[in-house]
Amino acid sequence: MNIVDRRLNPQGKSLSNRQRFIKRAKKELTEAVRKASGERKLSDLGNEERVWIKADRLREPQIRHATDQGERDYVLPGNKEYQEGDRIKRPQQEGGGRGSEAADDGEGEDAFQFALSQEEFLDIFFDDLELPDLLRKQMKSSDSFTMVRAGHSMNGSISNLNLKRTMQNRLSRRIALKRPRLTDLLTSAAEVEALEDAENAEDAERLGELTARLEEQQRRSRRIPFIDPVDVRYSRFEQVPQPVTSAVMFCLMDVSGSMTEHMKDLAKRFFKLLYLFLGRRYKNVEIVFIRHTHLAREVDEETFFLSRETGGTVVSTAFDEMLRVVAARYPRDQWNIYAAQASDGDNTAVDNAKVIHLLKHKILPLCQYFAYLEVKDPDGREMATDLWRTYEQLVKAGEPIAMRKVAERGQIFPVFHDLFMRGGQQAQPQKAGA
Amino acid sequence: MSAAEQKIGAEKDWDFDRLNRAYDAISDVALKELKLDIYPNQIEVITFEQMLDAYSSVGLPLMYKHWSFGKNFARDEMLYRHGLRNLAYEIVINSDPCIAYLMEENSMMMQTLVMSHACFGHNHFFKNNNLFRQWTDAEGILDYLEFAKTYIARCESRYGEDAVEAVLDAAHALMGQGVNRYTRRKTLNLRDEEKRTRERLEEQERTYNELWRSVPTSGPRSRQSYNELERKHLLGLPEENILYFLEKNAPLLKTWEREILRIVRHVAQYFYPQKQTKMMNEGCATFVHYHVMNRLDQTGFLDEGAMMEFFQSHTGAVFQPDFDHRGYSGINPYALGFGMMEDIKRICEQPTDEDRAWLPEIAGKGDAIEVLKDGWANYRDESFIRQFLSPALMRKMRFFDLHDDGETDLTVKAIHNERGYQRVRTKLADQFDVVQNEPEIEVVDVDLDGDRRLMLQHRVYSGILTREKDTAMVLQHLANLWGYEVKLTELSAQSDVVLKQHSAAPAK
Repeated sequence: MNIVDRRLNPQGKSLSNRQRFIKRAKKELTEAVRKASGERKLSDLGNEERVWIKADRLREPQIRHATDQGERDYVLPGNKEYQEGDRIKRPQQEGGGRGSEAADDGEGEDAFQFALSQEEFLDIFFDDLELPDLLRKQMKSSDSFTMVRAGHSMNGSISNLNLKRTMQNRLSRRIALKRPRLTDLLTSAAEVEALEDAENAEDAERLGELTARLEEQQRRSRRIPFIDPVDVRYSRFEQVPQPVTSAVMFCLMDVSGSMTEHMKDLAKRFFKLLYLFLGRRYKNVEIVFIRHTHLAREVDEETFFLSRETGGTVVSTAFDEMLRVVAARYPRDQWNIYAAQASDGDNTAVDNAKVIHLLKHKILPLCQYFAYLEVKDPDGREMATDLWRTYEQLVKAGEPIAMRKVAERGQIFPVFHDLFMRGGQQAQPQKAGA
Repeated sequence: MSAAEQKIGAEKDWDFDRLNRAYDAISDVALKELKLDIYPNQIEVITFEQMLDAYSSVGLPLMYKHWSFGKNFARDEMLYRHGLRNLAYEIVINSDPCIAYLMEENSMMMQTLVMSHACFGHNHFFKNNNLFRQWTDAEGILDYLEFAKTYIARCESRYGEDAVEAVLDAAHALMGQGVNRYTRRKTLNLRDEEKRTRERLEEQERTYNELWRSVPTSGPRSRQSYNELERKHLLGLPEENILYFLEKNAPLLKTWEREILRIVRHVAQYFYPQKQTKMMNEGCATFVHYHVMNRLDQTGFLDEGAMMEFFQSHTGAVFQPDFDHRGYSGINPYALGFGMMEDIKRICEQPTDEDRAWLPEIAGKGDAIEVLKDGWANYRDESFIRQFLSPALMRKMRFFDLHDDGETDLTVKAIHNERGYQRVRTKLADQFDVVQNEPEIEVVDVDLDGDRRLMLQHRVYSGILTREKDTAMVLQHLANLWGYEVKLTELSAQSDVVLKQHSAAPAK
């Protein structure tokens, strides 16, 4: 008998099976995950775990007997009152009387619920999305290098000595120059020793030969070194400039009094997706949260998503704040700048001219990409708002603004997906009405 | 060390020293008293995560990769983490040495129970039961699985995961039709399997199969068509093992695809005895652990607390809910198995007149262990019930036979009385007969001269057809492997009347 403690063995033997399974269920999982994202509470977004899936592709068919036809007998335990010949009404469906066959009926296995890790969830969720034009600027690239292997060299630092290659070279050199092996030396020496006390002439002659051979071998062995400087090789490394893509995303949100809770919920959901997406996909993306009423302020993530505030609406304040932050922290020549704005479309009438001016001359030239999301109440009238009309003018004038409208939770993901779809064609400005 | 210190109590956790001592105590009882004959044991302590891993790959320690194992894992993990299902306390593998997994969460009492159950009970059954001896190669299985795993991994890197997955999917769908049910074959030796594989593949590459000649050549034989007898002889028809038939005869399969079919067939065959002896196997293991634990109690190895814990766990395992109980999900193999073993012991030692009349061969024989060991070695569930189920046990379990003619109300045909014993026993045995409960499907013919259509037949007993949706999916897989159209005819075994036909063409 032998007791082995396997508890410390590598875990996750099934991991690759799990990946295969997820790959197979990709389509269904994607649907389930995206559906779930619209239904969960805002604070739960990104912590999703359980999803239901039902898929023919996951069915493992076997030829089995049908359970709903034919003649059969069931032997059952626990008879209480039945006598031979009693008749019993057929139970509904696959109930008690059907016995064990019903229990292992494969039909029920189709749909099942299972848990995805957060990683898996987000991977599937953001599968085909990316930031448009991300690599345009790589100004910071000169600062950072990475070492890459670049073959071997004859000289270098001793710490980079490539032992394997050196020993290979040594071996081939020694074979080529016929350096005697240690065993050869020892054999010759032993033979000489064995004959040293020899008396007859033949042996003496042989001893002479052997001694000469041994001396020759020893001479060669001394002359040809074990390791010669020409054998030595060093691993060579080269410095390769490492491109660093630095990007910053500005999230601008209107939290003024005209925004209903529903609208704020939509806007926050949108930004939450954006936040999760960027945080997951890009290590080097910084995110700046700015919210505004008639005043704008840069806030941290928690305040942005969770706290409440009311007031009037002056959109240009948010742009001013954004410009301030850019000037202070994100020099244009070193950063890819993105901005997304969410609003109900209301703005103080006098502010519109300023908005146009700021956008056209300051913000848009600065930005790689600018998305505007207009949130509406589900029963809201289909009427162009101030801001929508204002931005539309800019779009007509050829400015790059992506505009979308959202009235229900379920539309958020499609719009989001549309804005950030890989390939980028969809990210171009569009006419009203997403 | 005093006896009191050695005692295993309910409250105590296990450690390796205690495991060793418990094992020794158990083996004293199991080997000296019960005289069990076992493979050497290898006991592995694992975490619940590793247990889930083992679950998902059908309990085997190594297995090739396939998404369906990932699916099992996802489901089991979900159920376990949300407390909907407990994991088994152990898994035991029919191999030599016999590997048993113990979960680290088990209490010391539980480990003792599990060791006697798995390392002695199941182990003895695996080593001695005729079906296992005939169909499985305990010594070679781990090496063979290692080979299978590497082979399939190599195929994946060479031909792509998708291509391999398609073959595996199809092979898994046909697994139920991948065993030889009737023919007796020489003992498998999986160790040599790998070597044979290589030789066979080389041989196949050298030879050319006249059967699939389709290019007309000049010469007298070219236009010859085979008559039915010749054709069936050449193809080895009829053949119940569809995976085997495909491996040997499917015209379009590549060598590695054939090899994968072969691997899946071997795995199916390896598990086939387990399906047929589930009840006996559990009965044997439960009988052994019950006997051992009671003896350990008598010798003072276990204290009262541990015994209480044991009884609770044991009673739970052998509980048989009544048919109208909410928790009823079929006959509990532990309950029936343990019931039968204990009953046989009683019949051997203290038979009644009724026992003498019904089971004259064993009644009053005295040495119950020998009788049981003979039973464990030479029967499977179906024949064991037919041979040994006593009226006393039928009464105790209150079995009755409910007949369903598929149309009208259900009829109680027999209950646990003098008139009914015979019928209840026969019907219960039928219910445990794997062969009767799986559709009997055979390859019957191939249209060699025409479109190479593969013809299969399902002999239908009692009007029970196959499930339509599943059958269609399996046939699709079959057609993909065969490469040409396949057709399944379901015909009545009594009258040869065709009841239903399914067909599928390969998807290309």
